[in-house]
Amino acid sequence: MAQVQGHEALGELSRRFAGAIEEAGSLKDKPFLRLRQEALLPLCQAAKELGFDHLACLTAVDYPQHGYFEVIYNLYSYAARAHLVLKVRCPREAPLLPSVAGVWKAALFLEREAYDLMGIRFVGHPDLKRILLPEPWSGHPLRKDYDMAQEQFVSKGPQGEDLVSFDQTRGW
Amino acid sequence: MAPLGLAERAKDGRGGLLLMRLEGLLRWGRSNSLWPMTFGLACCALEMMATQASRFDMARFGSEVFRPSPRQADLMIVAGTVCKRMAPRIKTLYEQMADPKYVIAMGACAINGGPYQKSYSVVKGVDLLIPVDVYVPGCPPTPEALIAGLIKLQEKIRGEGARS
Repeated sequence: MAQVQGHEALGELSRRFAGAIEEAGSLKDKPFLRLRQEALLPLCQAAKELGFDHLACLTAVDYPQHGYFEVIYNLYSYAARAHLVLKVRCPREAPLLPSVAGVWKAALFLEREAYDLMGIRFVGHPDLKRILLPEPWSGHPLRKDYDMAQEQFVSKGPQGEDLVSFDQTRGW
Repeated sequence: MAPLGLAERAKDGRGGLLLMRLEGLLRWGRSNSLWPMTFGLACCALEMMATQASRFDMARFGSEVFRPSPRQADLMIVAGTVCKRMAPRIKTLYEQMADPKYVIAMGACAINGGPYQKSYSVVKGVDLLIPVDVYVPGCPPTPEALIAGLIKLQEKIRGEGARS
């Protein structure tokens, strides 16, 4: 029952955004759509109107061999008890995507996490800054090309602000 | 300097008898009234909570008043992984505690980074930030181990165990 409703939503969205869907199918029994990024915002709005009121998780994967990041939106509808997975790709050289924070407020923190660890910039996010690492940190550690050999050290500045240095003697 | 017994002090002619008694009393009082800070960083904190709760009952050893403010605490139990983002905050909390203050590094992460030894985001031991009195190994340590660490700290405060 629940999955049927999820797949019904998938059918409805596929019809309405037919031109923007690059791939549709099922992922571990969850219906999923891969779409072009121009359609992301209107499709998310439509998905919310179809009952997907909860952005359960927003995550990103780095595919350096293909030259893009894939951002994955896991949606859930409490009323229908249905899942829906959306995927969008953005090029590694210019990792820009529209922010969905205006649709689901949960995206405020989730997009900051994806920005912090993967370096994807969400255009339209009201406060896009790092969430887990100190603000002056260099690089985005979940990228495949992040240099794990070069450690960064954190210390406390005179005003209590975070300082980051590559010099082991100047931090912890 | 090895601590002198009361009887030896009484005979050495320096007249420190009253001082020693007071100091001993003070140390004994301090050691049996440690106020830990309510503060957990990772899974070790659950074992710390279990240590404090009824089954293991840390209160038997005079250390039950977990304080929500560093200004009222004299024992910091670093229970868990010290992330680099957290490190300056831990330093600040330690600085806010009133003297005399003590630190227990609980678990592998707080001792040297533990399983996150090669992580980009974890401090390789809380003793890089603040002086540690007692290390309690384990991943996580059992409540018994933490109690053993607490008793070690009490011995240290009383001047009975290893000197700092």
